[in-house]
Amino acid sequence: MTTTAPPQTETWKGQSIRRTEDRRLLQGQGEFTDDVWMHRQGYAHFVRSPLGHARIRSIDTSRAARLEGVYAILTGDEVREMCPTPFFQIAPEPGGRIAEYPLAVDKVRYHGDAVAVVLAETRELARDAAGLVDVDYEPLPAVVDTVAAADPEAPLLHEQVGSNVVWKGDFDWGDVDWALENADHVVKIDRLHFHRFSSTPLECNAAVVHWDPGTDTVKVQSNNQMPMFASMVIGPTLGVASNRLTFSSQDIGGAFGIKIGSYPQIAALALLSRKAGRPAKWTEYRTDHMLSAGHGNERVFLDTEVAVLKDGTILGFKTRAFDDAGAYLHYEPLGAVIWSQVCCGCYKLRHIHVDYTETVTNKCPTIPNRGYSRLQHLWFLERVVDVVARELGFDPVALRKQNYVQPSDYPYETPNGCVYDSGDLPRSLDMALELIDAPKWRERQRELGRGSGKRIGIGIGSTLDSGTNNFGQARIINPNLPFSGNGEAAFVKLDLYGEINVNLGTTPQGQGHETTAAQVVADVLGTSPDAVHVTAGFNQQQNTYVAFSGTYASQFAVTGLGAAQGAAERLRAEIAEVAAFALQAPIDEIEIRDGNCFVRDDPERAIPFIGVANLIYSNNAVLTPELRERISLNCRYVYTPPFQVPDPETKTGNLTLTYASQIHACVVELDEHTGEVKILDYAALDDCGTRINPQLVEGQVHGATALGIGAALYEAFEYDESGLLQQASFYDYHAITALDTPDIKVGDIESPSPFTPNGAKGMGEGGGAPLHAVCSAIQDALSPDDAIVSDSHNPWERVWRLMRSGEHGEPRGVTVASRSDAAGSDATA
Amino acid sequence: MVDAATTHAIEYTINGERQQATVPARRLLVHHIRDTLGMKGTHIGCDTGSCGACSVIVDGRLVKSCMMLAAQADGTAIETVEGLAPDGALTPLQQAFNEQHGLQCGYCTPGLLMAASFLLRRNPNPSEAEIRRAIRGNICRCTGYVNIVRSIEAAAGPAASERAA
Repeated sequence: MTTTAPPQTETWKGQSIRRTEDRRLLQGQGEFTDDVWMHRQGYAHFVRSPLGHARIRSIDTSRAARLEGVYAILTGDEVREMCPTPFFQIAPEPGGRIAEYPLAVDKVRYHGDAVAVVLAETRELARDAAGLVDVDYEPLPAVVDTVAAADPEAPLLHEQVGSNVVWKGDFDWGDVDWALENADHVVKIDRLHFHRFSSTPLECNAAVVHWDPGTDTVKVQSNNQMPMFASMVIGPTLGVASNRLTFSSQDIGGAFGIKIGSYPQIAALALLSRKAGRPAKWTEYRTDHMLSAGHGNERVFLDTEVAVLKDGTILGFKTRAFDDAGAYLHYEPLGAVIWSQVCCGCYKLRHIHVDYTETVTNKCPTIPNRGYSRLQHLWFLERVVDVVARELGFDPVALRKQNYVQPSDYPYETPNGCVYDSGDLPRSLDMALELIDAPKWRERQRELGRGSGKRIGIGIGSTLDSGTNNFGQARIINPNLPFSGNGEAAFVKLDLYGEINVNLGTTPQGQGHETTAAQVVADVLGTSPDAVHVTAGFNQQQNTYVAFSGTYASQFAVTGLGAAQGAAERLRAEIAEVAAFALQAPIDEIEIRDGNCFVRDDPERAIPFIGVANLIYSNNAVLTPELRERISLNCRYVYTPPFQVPDPETKTGNLTLTYASQIHACVVELDEHTGEVKILDYAALDDCGTRINPQLVEGQVHGATALGIGAALYEAFEYDESGLLQQASFYDYHAITALDTPDIKVGDIESPSPFTPNGAKGMGEGGGAPLHAVCSAIQDALSPDDAIVSDSHNPWERVWRLMRSGEHGEPRGVTVASRSDAAGSDATA
Repeated sequence: MVDAATTHAIEYTINGERQQATVPARRLLVHHIRDTLGMKGTHIGCDTGSCGACSVIVDGRLVKSCMMLAAQADGTAIETVEGLAPDGALTPLQQAFNEQHGLQCGYCTPGLLMAASFLLRRNPNPSEAEIRRAIRGNICRCTGYVNIVRSIEAAAGPAASERAA
């Protein structure tokens, strides 16, 4: 794992050096949360609701408590007494009235809602004892559909809210009525449904929480990926000040946003630890994870109308969106604004009206899942474009290219004030189609005659991965929220013998932060990444941080590496100053390379880093008082993007700093007899600006692609009418395997971002492009009189039915109204 | 129900080292390896034998150690990820995972290394299809399997022999 020196003119940035993290992970020496062990620890197990919606009549813990080795049991009623306040809510009224505690109080609102938690001597005993907690439930009718939930007659989840509608907003930019009136064609789409799934990180949630009476601090060792958010939410509920509530993690086994959502359990574990006087160790079982760790957002789009000119220009659209947040608002309703970072997707749409309703339902609470809230909207837009192409007879490739934001348009301001930084979408699409050799497949598609039993389809998914959020967009949801901007912190120091050490505010989950931060710092300090040690993981007591710290939302390459670069530059300046003093040379003649400082035209006059460190740490009487005072060789830097506060009235502003793009192309084969969808070819074209480590970027592209294909074809969380989850394990939830995943071809363009310190853009989420591409390809394989692909999840049975929808005369889900003078126009050419 | 009273005395080797233990009848092998022996390389990703993170080799066969009781390990020879490179020098397979970026979060990695080791022992020159079949019982959520397949390909056949030479 040694790295070799780059040619003098090159930088470490941009090279696919191998990861330093790998050695420990390949040898079973990583430290994941379940590997953490504390003296006197007990094992925790949650008692979860077997029903979708019910009143809790009573909870009897006596049978469980009698087991030898059970240390403590907590119930919702007890938790309510212990907590000064329920969890802070992001939502304004009425959603803000939801009172959520670490355990369910009075009612359970979804299958898996936690009503009690047990601490016991062993894992097995904790689970047994949880099974002996007797809960008497009075079942209530459930509501599992977001549109139905908005009906005033629907069963009510949170009585104090008065409705299941927790947030509602009108997003209206441009003049969509004008566009619809002046369009040559209006394409109307009845209903589009984006389904529930999750990236289901392979390591489940876990935490070891110790409410330590000795120091009166709460120590949380966990795999939560956004620990400062968790701290700010649970601190007040626990009645613990933030400087006495400390989070740490080393290795995290995947997160994808889902691990933002473990804070209610962590809060319950803190109370359990306090009650038992012991550390509480919790490792979620997979079944618990599927039931309660958080699912991605499900969204329905009703009565969509798209305004199209006869030359193919798409003017805009209007729709009614219903978002299903599940039973409680965890991080929601932020999703109700986050989609608007990409309100027009890759396209120059100027007239947009979205009537947005967010409801609660008797389902697992949603939590940001890779592509959070944008992939739902991007999928919707890609369906819109494909449906328009099909209904009006346009070539879907040409229609996309015509309506894409063009390379000459950057920086491109969207109708809601977001600024797209750079890119080349038409070329990206061409390259993606080249990678799959699209003409070859078109030919094959034509050759496949009726009776072959197979159909071929080619599909495109165009996406933006918006990165580095402006948290000020939260004010569009709730104008009273005191949040705006973003940032990340890093700390770079020269240690006692001149070693370079870096620590970050981030919580990496496989993205290679130790490696890429070392590349960036090595460039600034003129050394090799091997000479830069990046502390593994996050430790609130040792690392530096800001309230935004963590790893989420496609931003490390900008915020994390921006902070590392800034801190390294500060350290470089300090080193140069000490060297200038030691060598008695002007500071602008000091050069730094390979761990040495020397005078430019007289390289014999040199001082190594160890000498610089010696002067500051252990030999400071030789310094001037001024240098002693000012130089520490311990440099902190907080990178902050240049954001302003968005306008909650017009719902406009610069909501994100960077826009990476991914354009995917795929070829599917449908089996007419079974509905099986087989992927014959797949390509992903990625443009994330300057790539710090191309191999790691490619790895992210592969991973996001596989998760998207899995979601499109295999992975779904579905509930029955009473609110029972049908896929609560990896038996029923088919996480995509090596057999289901095609070999993914990857290509790239680098359009550096003019807005970031290093030209990079965040890119980890990928925008859900495979969902769009696979749906697009299935659509392409269907007959013109078949129904449109209106669901993001297309298992065999749904595809089988779609292939028969035309001949059965089923509603197609789409109608077109054309002006009389537009009929037979260019549009059908 | 709670039945810790029934215990079994077992004896086995793990990565060549002889071990004796008294285990509750219900203790899973994976929990014995992790909690009793303190070997943290073998991971747990599900409770249904679906994910393969806990894969180990028992008497030369690939086994999901969450699907086996510790008591059943009596008299066996167990190999875990810690045994692949006991002296700290990575095996060609581990090196290939590093070179090909065959891991991201690293949680599934020990199980995949055991599955791939098992494959390469029986079939030093597997085709891509054979590799994919051999790791179908191991779920990875980070890599899309692309670079895992490449890693195993790189470690297989002539490349592996060359490296060993």
